[in-house]
Amino acid sequence: MSQDEFRDALPGQVDFELPVAAPEKPLNGRRPGRRRAVPALNGHAESRGETRAGAAERKTKPEITPSADSSAELPTEPPTGPPAEPPTEPVAEPAPADPVDVWDQRVARGLAFLRRRLAGAYQVDEFGFDRELTDTVFYPMLRVLYQDWFRTEVFGIENVPDTGGGLMVGNHSGTFALDAMMLSVALRDRHPSDRHLRLLGADLVFRVPGLSELARKAGATVACNPDAERLMGNGELVGVFPEGFKGVGKLYADRYKLQRFGRGGFVSAALRTGTPIIPVAIVGAEEIYPMLADLKPLARLLGLPYFPVTPTFPWLGPLGLVPLPSKWMIQFCPPIPTAHLTEHADDPMVVYNLADQVRETIQTNLHTLLEKRPDPFGL
Amino acid sequence: MVTSLNAAPPRVVVVTGVSRFLGARVASRLAADPRIERVIGLDPHAPPPALATLLADVELIRADARAASGAIADLGAEAVVHLAVTSAPDPYAGGRAAMKEQNVIGTMQLLAAAQASGPLRKLVVRSSTAAYGASFKDPAVFTEDTEPRAVPRGSFARDILDIEGYVRGFRRRRPLASATVLRFAPLISASANTTLTRYFAQPIVPTVLGRDARLQFVHVDDALEVLHRSVVEDHPGTYNVAGSGVLMLSQAVRRAGRISVPLPEGTLSSVAALARNVGVGQIGLDQIDLFVHGRVVDTSRLVKEFGFTPRSTAAAFEDFIVAHRNGSSLTADRLTAAENAILEGIRRVRAAVALERVGKP
Repeated sequence: MSQDEFRDALPGQVDFELPVAAPEKPLNGRRPGRRRAVPALNGHAESRGETRAGAAERKTKPEITPSADSSAELPTEPPTGPPAEPPTEPVAEPAPADPVDVWDQRVARGLAFLRRRLAGAYQVDEFGFDRELTDTVFYPMLRVLYQDWFRTEVFGIENVPDTGGGLMVGNHSGTFALDAMMLSVALRDRHPSDRHLRLLGADLVFRVPGLSELARKAGATVACNPDAERLMGNGELVGVFPEGFKGVGKLYADRYKLQRFGRGGFVSAALRTGTPIIPVAIVGAEEIYPMLADLKPLARLLGLPYFPVTPTFPWLGPLGLVPLPSKWMIQFCPPIPTAHLTEHADDPMVVYNLADQVRETIQTNLHTLLEKRPDPFGL
Repeated sequence: MVTSLNAAPPRVVVVTGVSRFLGARVASRLAADPRIERVIGLDPHAPPPALATLLADVELIRADARAASGAIADLGAEAVVHLAVTSAPDPYAGGRAAMKEQNVIGTMQLLAAAQASGPLRKLVVRSSTAAYGASFKDPAVFTEDTEPRAVPRGSFARDILDIEGYVRGFRRRRPLASATVLRFAPLISASANTTLTRYFAQPIVPTVLGRDARLQFVHVDDALEVLHRSVVEDHPGTYNVAGSGVLMLSQAVRRAGRISVPLPEGTLSSVAALARNVGVGQIGLDQIDLFVHGRVVDTSRLVKEFGFTPRSTAAAFEDFIVAHRNGSSLTADRLTAAENAILEGIRRVRAAVALERVGKP
C-alpha cells in the first residue's frame, strides 16, 4: 500500500466533510465575539486545501454559499463591539432574508445616533463627560487596541467596588499615555457593573487644542484636588498616575521602575473624601514605544516635557506612531481603606506613608506580573 | 440663619443702571413689592421708551455715580442694588473707556457713597462668573471660594475682578452692613439681548477649533428672582447664580439649529478684533476666553441659602431657542425628516439588490 493509498483509506479523508461554520445570525444586533476555536480548524483545513475545495463543490444547497461567504467575512473585520458604526459600507451587503433584519437595525440605529448628535440631544455632565459618545465611539476604537493588538489580560477585577467612589493609582509608562486609556477600557469591559474611569490628566493635555476637547468628552479632567474630590464625592472611580511625565517619559532602560510619586496629593484627596485607594499595576505599556533617548533641547524648544526617540519614531514618520504589539497585563490590587484616616488628610506623615504603601504595592505587583509574562511580545 | 429671616425688608432702595434691561426689571419688581416704600432708579442715561413703561412706579434720578453720594445720604437709602455693570463696550457710547469708567470708577464712587451713608444696611452687587478668570489649570467646577489663577484677558472679566475688590473693601469698612455679591452665569431668555444671545442668534456661528467649552446659562426670570430675594431677604455673602447642568458650546449651537464654523483661536481673535473695529463686533476676548476654557459653577450655596433653584441651563437655553427659530437651519424636525428619508432610501436600495439576487439564478 502506497502512502497515498493509505491516506485515502483512512476514514475521514474522502467522506469527511469539513463542517462549515454556521452563519452568524446575531439577533440582538451585536457582532459575534472573537471565536477562539477557529485557529485550530483553520490549521487543519489548510493542510489539505484540496479536500476543502472538493467539499465546497459538493455542496448540495448552492444558495447557502453567499451567506456562508458573508458570514466568513464577519470575523475578519475588527470587532467594533456595540452598534452604530457608520452606516455606509453595510449597505452594500446583501440582505439575508430572515425575519430579523440585523443590518436594517444597525443602519437605523446608526442614523438615529447621527441625528441625536447633530441635534445636540444628549447629556453632558459638569466635567464635560459625554457618556454616549464615549460608549459608542471612543471605547469601540480603543477596544481594537486593547483586545487584538495588546491582548490584554486583567486580574483582580473583583477588587474594584461595585458602587461608590474609588481612587485607582497606576504606574505610568509608554511615552504616550495609552495605559490610562487601556485601563479605562479594561474597567469598562470587565467590571460587572459598567463603571467608567474618570482620569485625571496633566494641564498640558488641556492646553492642546483638540486633545483637550477629546479628553473632556472622554471624562478626563485636570489633575487638581478640587476636581478629584468632587468626582470621588459623587461616587465616581477616579484614575490617577502620580508619576506623571516622569513615568511616561522615562527611558526603556528604566522600564518597570516606579518613579517618584510627587507630593502625594492624590492621597490627601482620597483621605479627605474617605475613598478607598486601589493600586493598579500595568505591564506591557513600557514596550509599546521603547524610548531610547530623550532629545531635551528639542523638547524645550517645542514646550514638551520630553522628546522621545524610539526605534521607529522620528525615523519612520507617521509609521513610528504605531505602538509595538506587546502583551499587556493589568492587576487590580485589593483596596486600601482610608475612611478611618479622614482627619489626617493634612498630616504629611500619614500622607507620605500611605503614598509609599501604594507605591510598594504597585512595584511588587509589577514584578509578579513580569514573572507571569516572560516574553514581552508573546501571546 | 435666624438673623436672615428676621431682618425686615429695606424701606428705601436705590437701584443703579435702570436704563438697562436687567436694572429696569429689577426696579419695577421692587416697586411692585408692597413691603418696600420707595424705589429710586439712578442712571446717567434716560431709559429707552421700551423700558419707560416698566419704570412708572420708580423715581428716576438722572445722575452718574459721582452724584450718588449726595443722593444716597439724602434719600436715607437702606439698600443699594448695583446693577450698572456693562458687559461689553458699546462703540456708540464711548467704547471701552466709557465701559471702564462706568464699571470700575462708577462702582468705586457708588461704594464710597454707600459706605459713608449711615442708614444703609444692605448692598447687592451684580457680578459675573467671569470673576473666576480663565486658566488651563482651573478646576472644572468653580465654587465661591475658588480663587482666579490667572488674570483674564477680557476687559469685562478684569472689571469684574476690580468691582469685587471694591466690595471686599466695603465689607471690611462696614462689617455690619450685609453685602451680597451675585455671580451670574450669562443671562439668557426669549427676549434678552446680550453679546451671547446675539452670538447664538446668528445663522452661522464661529467657534474655536479644537475646543468645546462647557457653558452654563441662567434665565433672566431666575436672575430677577434671586436679585429680588437678596434685597427683601438678608443673604450676605457671595453666591454663584447659574442653571444646573451643562451645555457644550457645540451642543448649544446644534440645539439652536445653527451651523458652527470652527476657526483656530488666533484667526478667530484677529477676525473678531477686525469686526469690532468696523463696528459689527460680537465677540470680544471675554467670549473667546469663555469659548476656550468654558465655565461651570457650583450653585449649591445659592440653593441652600435662598431656598430657590434656578431652572436648568438646558431649559433656559430652550426658552431662547423657541424665540429664535427663524435663523436656524438644522432643526430637529428637518434632521428627523432627513433621517427617515435616508433610511427609506437605503431600505429601497437593499430591497432592489435583494430582488436582483433572487432573480439572477
